[in-house]
Amino acid sequence: MDHMAPAGPEETITARDAGLVSCTNCGTLAPLGTPRCARCHAALHSRSPNAGQRVWAWLLAGIVCYIPANLYPMLLTNTFGKVSTGTIIGGAIELFEYGAWFVAVVVIVASVVIPVAKFMVIAGLMLGVRYGSRLSAHRRMQLYEATEFIGRWSMIDVFVVAILTALVQLGFVASINPGPAAVCFALSVVFTMLSAQSFDPRMIWDSLEEHAARVRR
Amino acid sequence: MRTRHPISQNLDRLIACRSCDLLLDRVIPPPGKVARCPRCHHVLLSNKRNVIDNTLAGAISTAILMVAAIFFPFIALDEAGLHRDASVMDAVGAFSDGWSAPLTIAVAAFIVVIPVTRAVALIYALLPLRLGMKPARNAARSFRMAMAMKPWSMAEIFIVGVAVALIKVTDLATVSLGPSFWAFSALIVIVVFENTTLCEWTIWRLLDPKRR
Repeated sequence: MDHMAPAGPEETITARDAGLVSCTNCGTLAPLGTPRCARCHAALHSRSPNAGQRVWAWLLAGIVCYIPANLYPMLLTNTFGKVSTGTIIGGAIELFEYGAWFVAVVVIVASVVIPVAKFMVIAGLMLGVRYGSRLSAHRRMQLYEATEFIGRWSMIDVFVVAILTALVQLGFVASINPGPAAVCFALSVVFTMLSAQSFDPRMIWDSLEEHAARVRR
Repeated sequence: MRTRHPISQNLDRLIACRSCDLLLDRVIPPPGKVARCPRCHHVLLSNKRNVIDNTLAGAISTAILMVAAIFFPFIALDEAGLHRDASVMDAVGAFSDGWSAPLTIAVAAFIVVIPVTRAVALIYALLPLRLGMKPARNAARSFRMAMAMKPWSMAEIFIVGVAVALIKVTDLATVSLGPSFWAFSALIVIVVFENTTLCEWTIWRLLDPKRR
């Protein structure tokens, strides 16, 4: 692993300080104010516009959808004419009772631990940018990268419902159908992914400099 | 906010970190190594061999596997003399009844449409480079689109979902796996392969019309 040397004499000279904007898409540098990247034609922004508002808006939408996702049934199981419903938590408890504890843990982690942790991390990062944070910028960066990486995996539960529905259609003997929670859960995952994508990690580092400047003054 | 004049007029010799905006002198690391930002440790660029070859290989295999995955049977269930086959398309159509219908479109996009479109876009953008021709007219746009689609391409998540679903039903019925299941499983390997071989920065430089 090699670290590049900073371009300026001071360690923290950003592209913005130097009057430049870097394309987040292909990495080309252009003078600040250039509307589009010459190489890949993406719109250029030194900092993504209204990032804060978009992050909060998507996050709120994600949390709102997550509530019915847990209250409504995920699966409607019909065995010999008897319909039983299962929520996310209920399904995991059932798996525990079967003795399939490993799968139960996977389900709990993918559909409860990860979504809730993501809500908390994104909100925490935003508050950290605004008010400063006890965590180092590095640690916050790691949290952000982990959130971005792991977010899509919450979709597992939706796919499980899709496969069970497709597969278990044995008429009167057994059939499985999706419940309303599946849709809410999918929406929650998508909204949270959009929230994480709207976050501009450069805000973390800008806020460090701003807080440092405030202390100096 | 401090404002300074550009340090160097030759912007080509500089690089800014995507995740913290730190301006750096661009150094190409030795072959096989990656260069990281000294402030936030984000990977700036990597000097990997055969970036184009490997990315193309991944995209072409994805396209072939997806065709197999869609047209071959995926999974079958037997219980009490009853038989049920399910293809990937049945899984996609699982939500097509009633008000969950929009979810069908989303599931179709995540596990079939986006992975296929991404593979086609990558082939379109990179194959001319591989053949030594000049980049196709919309090569930059299609490569950008392929990269933007990456988080939404969920074939590998789908296959893990299948594994969980299988464990749920194996107690109730006999399940057998079709060729399509294995095609999807192979996609996981390709995703991991792509994550370790693709360097966006290198490909962008190769796609740049000014350099050719």
